Amino acid sequence: MPKELVVSASPHIKSGVTTEKLMWSVVIALLPAFLGSIYFFGLKSLLLVGLSIASALLSEAFAQKIFGRKITITDGSAVITGILLAFNLPPGVPLWMPIIGSAFAIIIAKQFFGGLGYNFVNPALAGRAFLMISWPYFMTAKWLAPNNGYLAGFDAVTQATPLTLLKNTLVSMKDSTITPEQLALAKNTLTQLNSLPVIKNLFFGNVGGCLGETSALLLLVGAIFLLATKVIDYRIPVSYLGTVTILSLIIPTQTNVLFQLFSGGLFLGAFFMATDYVTSPVTKLGRWLFGIGCGLLTVIIRTWGGYPEGVSYSILFMNLLTPLIDRYTKPRVFGVVKK
Amino acid sequence: MFSFSGGVHPPENKATAEKRIESAPIPHRVFIPFSQHTGIPSQPIIKVGDMVKVGTKIGEADGRISVPTHSTISGKVTEIREYPHPVLSRRSLTCVIESDGKDTWEEGIKWRNSTEFSSQTLIEIIAEAGIVGLGGAAFPTHIKLSPPKEKPIETLIINGCECEPYLTADARLMIEHPTEIIEGAMLIAKIINPKRIVIVIEDNKPLAIEKMREVVNQRSLPITVLAIKTKYPQGAEKQLIKAVLGVEVPSGGLPMDVKTLVQNVQTSYAIYEAVNFNKPLVEKVITVSGAVKEPKNLRVRIGTPIIDLVNYCGGYLAPPHKVILGGPMMGIAQYNDELPIIKGTSGILVLTNDKIREESPCIRCGRCVKVCPMNLMPCLINSFVRLKAFDKAKEYNVLDCIECGCCGYVCPANIRLVHSFKFAKNEIWAREKKSA
Repeated sequence: MPKELVVSASPHIKSGVTTEKLMWSVVIALLPAFLGSIYFFGLKSLLLVGLSIASALLSEAFAQKIFGRKITITDGSAVITGILLAFNLPPGVPLWMPIIGSAFAIIIAKQFFGGLGYNFVNPALAGRAFLMISWPYFMTAKWLAPNNGYLAGFDAVTQATPLTLLKNTLVSMKDSTITPEQLALAKNTLTQLNSLPVIKNLFFGNVGGCLGETSALLLLVGAIFLLATKVIDYRIPVSYLGTVTILSLIIPTQTNVLFQLFSGGLFLGAFFMATDYVTSPVTKLGRWLFGIGCGLLTVIIRTWGGYPEGVSYSILFMNLLTPLIDRYTKPRVFGVVKK
Repeated sequence: MFSFSGGVHPPENKATAEKRIESAPIPHRVFIPFSQHTGIPSQPIIKVGDMVKVGTKIGEADGRISVPTHSTISGKVTEIREYPHPVLSRRSLTCVIESDGKDTWEEGIKWRNSTEFSSQTLIEIIAEAGIVGLGGAAFPTHIKLSPPKEKPIETLIINGCECEPYLTADARLMIEHPTEIIEGAMLIAKIINPKRIVIVIEDNKPLAIEKMREVVNQRSLPITVLAIKTKYPQGAEKQLIKAVLGVEVPSGGLPMDVKTLVQNVQTSYAIYEAVNFNKPLVEKVITVSGAVKEPKNLRVRIGTPIIDLVNYCGGYLAPPHKVILGGPMMGIAQYNDELPIIKGTSGILVLTNDKIREESPCIRCGRCVKVCPMNLMPCLINSFVRLKAFDKAKEYNVLDCIECGCCGYVCPANIRLVHSFKFAKNEIWAREKKSA
């Protein structure tokens, strides 16, 4: 008789999908946008992302050590948080910002609540929100013009993001003291924002913005990889982007649909942050609702809110609704008749 | 294509699909538990030292939801005592018989003309032969065949899905003995008088479908042979009925609540043998697969120790890690390879080098929710079970779990979901019993 037989409950075979594989797949999917950020914003991007990842990993190890948990920094989840946090920073921020941001994301937003699987908001977005309210100047005024591949130094030209430009223009137009010349200028800016070259730059990423958000194309490449390998479910991105598309057609945003879709952090948010497993619903219907909610809030904040961009706050807000959505979208159990 | 929602597609690994059924050698010793069925164990009617033949009744049915037990070899009863049981997680009264090497059968076991038997007689024959559901549940068949008057059966489904990976015994039986299975089905139909008979086979078994259709067409019988989508757990009773008829067995209910009866092809075969040959259930066809030198489909005597059959298949290929009775999705891992094959056993599966991965936290990826064929939320139920919030687990329908293992199969965090739900069910039942 064999010495030791293992006894365990069924099933005795596994699909081979593991948490680690899923997490590292997301890291791989973020690589095109990462390379893009280096192309557009120079080597400083490499430094910011690198520091952010290093800080996320160290914070995770530190917190797990303190809390007496198993150290799991190789599971890839902290790496994702590090990358995403850096992707949400303007390229002009000082080097300590990704370090502080990632530390907050991992220690406060993730480990304080129990670590992987227990955080109630997306750690990277929580980190970004923390930086936003603590150092609003760095987070909103440090936009740089992309350098078209020139591996830039650290003193690049500043340039507002298309969404900031849009917001400022629309605000100035509502000002009653506006002169006819200024009004004409503002209208000209609006026309330009809706022009084909601008849309094209938005799609390829040749515009000012956060490190990882500018190129819709490169984000899409990663997203298609994640959808094709079934790492992420299509429901959230489809309903999120679909809602933004429909609302942009209905609401007078002064811009066309493509501008709304490709600008700001929408693609980064819809494919890589709203789809964060831990903080989004597990049911099919719940995922549709979650995406619709994100889309609705994004358009509302962009159109009527004080900020030019609303993706991160929309997702953070919907994260809070996730437990509720799960509870109210419990699937009808086989053989149970709805009362 | 007919199907149900959810489910998974594990690698089929049906290495023995082309192998003819062989008769395993008569074992030197059999271990026959008196409890091999759902319900009350049979009562021993022999004593140590008695000589028995193949088919000698050794245990009498105890009450209605019980079946008799028969000797499966000829020889001498050497022990009647508590032995480990391959399915029940406790010891159970077992009859040990040493073979006399002659394999003498009871005289009455031979062909007889069965055309005149009434349906009442047929039910008695089936009960007396010790026949239970051979798909794994081992519920006494004569009870299933006697539904209450107010619940007439309109559809008889003969289940030839065999959706578990590795297993090919049912498929081989359909290929090699289609006539017997179909005659068995007609006998069941004679008892319950359904409006339609459907034999359901997954579309990954084209030869079985062909053979069964051949017999049905030759005899122009009122039977439909239906090929359905290959997807696990297609052979689960509720999912099968949903796929074939589009109706759902109500939560907590039985197939007869939707006027349906499901019988496994091996049960149908056993009924054919019991009626036409007066043969009790002493043997069945199982698949021995995985890490054995030569995987086979074997006709085995009930009570044969696992190791005898592994040895007949050339022995272990490598030191085994797990020895499982049944398939990889729902089978039961054994701690000892000397335990016996029982009526509900569908196969022996040997796995080696199966890395035991630790559980990691649930990342709420939702894969379990997506694959659950009962539309449950396994990840959520598991979190309730962890908190010992059994009321909440019940509220989220843990009692509807069919333990198919789809959730555990896909879980990237390696969480033992089925284990958790079995535990929760037992806790809930125990509490309800207490408060009742």
